[in-house]
Amino acid sequence: MSENTDAGKIDLNELKSGGFIKQNQKDLFTVRLRVPGGRLDIDKMIKIGEVAKKYSRMGYCHLSFRQSVEIIGVHIDDFNTLVKELAEFGQSIASCGPRVRVPTACGGCEYNPNGIMDAQKKALEVDKEHFGTPCHHKFKISFSGCPIDCARTQGMDLGFQGIVDPHWEEDPCTGCTLCEKACLEGAIVAAEDGKPIFYREKCVYCGDCIKACPTDAWTAKRKGWAVRAGGKHGRHPRTADEIMLFLPDDKVSDFIGKTLAWYNKNGKRGERIGTTFDRVGLEGYKEKVARPFITD
Amino acid sequence: MSENTADEKIDLRGVLCPINFVKTKLKLEMMESGQVLEVTLDDGEPMRSVPRSIKEEGHKVIKVEQIDDGYKIFVKKADS
Ligand code: HEM
Ligand code: HEM
Ligand code: SF4
Ligand code: SF4
Ligand code: SF4
Repeated sequence: MSENTDAGKIDLNELKSGGFIKQNQKDLFTVRLRVPGGRLDIDKMIKIGEVAKKYSRMGYCHLSFRQSVEIIGVHIDDFNTLVKELAEFGQSIASCGPRVRVPTACGGCEYNPNGIMDAQKKALEVDKEHFGTPCHHKFKISFSGCPIDCARTQGMDLGFQGIVDPHWEEDPCTGCTLCEKACLEGAIVAAEDGKPIFYREKCVYCGDCIKACPTDAWTAKRKGWAVRAGGKHGRHPRTADEIMLFLPDDKVSDFIGKTLAWYNKNGKRGERIGTTFDRVGLEGYKEKVARPFITD
Repeated sequence: MSENTADEKIDLRGVLCPINFVKTKLKLEMMESGQVLEVTLDDGEPMRSVPRSIKEEGHKVIKVEQIDDGYKIFVKKADS
């Protein structure tokens, strides 16, 4: 990092924990904004544009893979005024280093018919409660509304994906076979009379059968989150381990808190949580953290 | 209205998603509540998507019939 005579003006803690990333160009930095779930209110977006226009010495922004707006080419001398101007309309900076990052989320169910759980709402909530929490390495969280998993929960330190448990009642069923057609997983096979035989082990809890059934013979018994942990991208990607099914919506924040406490206790500096699992085993984590949240 | 006699028919074999649904929707709009529309569909994606969209619009699939190269679904128009 370049030494600067004005460094006294810059909050160095903010530099280290905040989203300021050194560029190839001397004294220029990328400033990464905090945009949980990638949703930007339009007025804010315009104001960000105005600030970016004023301070980017390279004339562009970049949309990061974790849904943030990055202002490219900000001079170190401009940090203070930039941060102040962003703060005036409530825009803060993302985090870097060994701590909880801004959660990402799919567009979600307000406008996407596939959504089961409200990923956007959770991302905002979790950002408020856990953003910036220090731990051994970066810690990435994402939310997908349904099993299509647009927010790639498999590649996160902790990923939450919406699921619904289908329940069938014989009475209303007319044997139309539409649920068999609707299920892409082969979890429903129509019997002689057209009525469904359900193979739970194949079910991914997408709820397509519920949406298809004309008589509401299939209904949602419960909704919740499938939880995965230990995923990462990077040079040595690791697919997340499946931790549990049907975590209730109101337990997500608690689950994250307990996971971070476990990670901080059992992990090592510089080690992602997936590496901790590989070193000390997953069972301890499941037992200690997930077990108390499992209801059946 | 008997389930087997449709008031209107539409054959959407060979018509892709989501055009098949749009055509179904337009046809239903010209019909009265309680009337039945017979829709002929290819198996596969159309059979996965069209009945579900019909339900989302509030109408009801009252019967499904397999035919040689697809399906006939009978849709009862919702009360408006
Ligand atoms: C101040 C510095 C840094 C900040 C603020 C930062 C922040 C981030 C963010 C926000 C992402 C997600 C990017 C996106 O998908 O939009 C990311 C991805 C990544 N960063 Fe960094 N990073 C920093 C430094 C580093 C360094 C020094 C390394 C490697 C030595 C690194 C390795 C990676 C890798 C491997 C990924 C993809 C990994 C994954 O998603 O699991 N980062 N970083
Ligand atoms: C309005 C927004 C969006 C809509 C309506 C939408 C819709 C869909 C639909 C209908 C599918 C897949 C259907 C299927 O395979 O059954 C899909 C798949 C997917 N979408 Fe989106 N999507 C949206 C935004 C996004 C965003 C923002 C991302 C990622 C950043 C994304 C990533 C994906 C991925 C990874 C898949 C799975 C593709 C695959 O591997 O099969 N989508 N999306
Ligand atoms: S994960 Fe599901 S709910 Fe979220 S954007 Fe993708 S398809 Fe829609
Ligand atoms: S929830 Fe999805 S996978 Fe499970 S039976 Fe229904 S359609 Fe099939
Ligand atoms: S879609 Fe509903 S009515 Fe038709 S066979 Fe399946 S459960 Fe029965």
